[in-house]
Amino acid sequence: MKKIAIALGLIGLSAFAFAEKSSTDSIAEYRQMLQDGNPADLFEAKGEGLWTQKRGPKNAALEKCDLGKGPGVVKGAWVELPRYFADTGRVQDLESRLLTCMQELQGFNAEEIAKTPFGKDEQNNVTALATWVAAESKGMKFNLSQSHIEERKMYEVGKRLFFMRGGSHDFACATCHAQDDKRIRLQDLPNLTKNPGAGNGFGAWPAYRVSNGQMWGAQLRLNDCYRQQRFPYPLFGSEVTIALGVYMGVNGKGGETVAPAIKR
Amino acid sequence: MADPMRIRAQAAGDKATVRVLMSHEMESGQRKDGTGKIIPAWHIQDVTATLNGKTVLTAEWGPAVSKNPFLQFTIKGAKAGDKVGITWKDNKGDTRTDEATVS
Repeated sequence: MKKIAIALGLIGLSAFAFAEKSSTDSIAEYRQMLQDGNPADLFEAKGEGLWTQKRGPKNAALEKCDLGKGPGVVKGAWVELPRYFADTGRVQDLESRLLTCMQELQGFNAEEIAKTPFGKDEQNNVTALATWVAAESKGMKFNLSQSHIEERKMYEVGKRLFFMRGGSHDFACATCHAQDDKRIRLQDLPNLTKNPGAGNGFGAWPAYRVSNGQMWGAQLRLNDCYRQQRFPYPLFGSEVTIALGVYMGVNGKGGETVAPAIKR
Repeated sequence: MADPMRIRAQAAGDKATVRVLMSHEMESGQRKDGTGKIIPAWHIQDVTATLNGKTVLTAEWGPAVSKNPFLQFTIKGAKAGDKVGITWKDNKGDTRTDEATVS
């Protein structure tokens, strides 16, 4: 009798383990299946073409663009961004740095591009470029610098913003992203205050959103986070978004990048 | 001009698996824009695949196919070094052809 009870217990346990596995694992499986034909590849290819293409009022390519590792060095640049740039005198993330390059080298009006809504005109090109640059660092580990005082300052600012509650719902980033193993419906919420969540979460964008068929850069990701919190929209490339990038990026140190990822 | 496709073709045994990712809006003609006007249909209508110039697959697509479509199929008798070509044509007459080598 005892034996049967134990046997039943084991069956019960394995059934439970199976049930527990199914929800999150099947999402992972779904992503795995989509990964094979990730449309982010299309944006990556477009970005690669844009990098060398002569464009803009100055009819120049971006090949001399300094993303932090010297002019023209793309591989490994993304895992060290955002960082401090001496020429602009501020901490910049990938997308705001690309704007600087487009202005300095190609003669585009960076302010105008920053004001353009996501998914329109030059914004699409910025997203494609960011996708390609991020993809060039795929599989590398995050290693953001904290040696410059501005970078340390941005980390502290980002940390404050991350925990700052406000808006009509009294929300902060931390409300959803400061604990382990939480989820909204079937969506796992990464804990962005430490690894693996910070590396996996921050390191997944730019990503292709299957549900709306759009390629999203980190700027749009953060913009939409603020929309969901019912905060006012942060400006494109604003200090708020960059500070949060520094905070998450530093927290994700040592985490491997998977960008451009594919998201639900 | 349309953005390039991404074609991968891999031989295994006497078959080759071809995976194609096309860049297209694939607007269904059912959606409305912000002002309530219908967004006109704009989608791929014809897809043709060739192996060394010989047609091996044709397809007629409609508005139900997703944005940035992914197509996978196998070709019997394709070997490494063969050329796989894919052409699509949309309902506005725009067309795009890309080629890849079987590896």
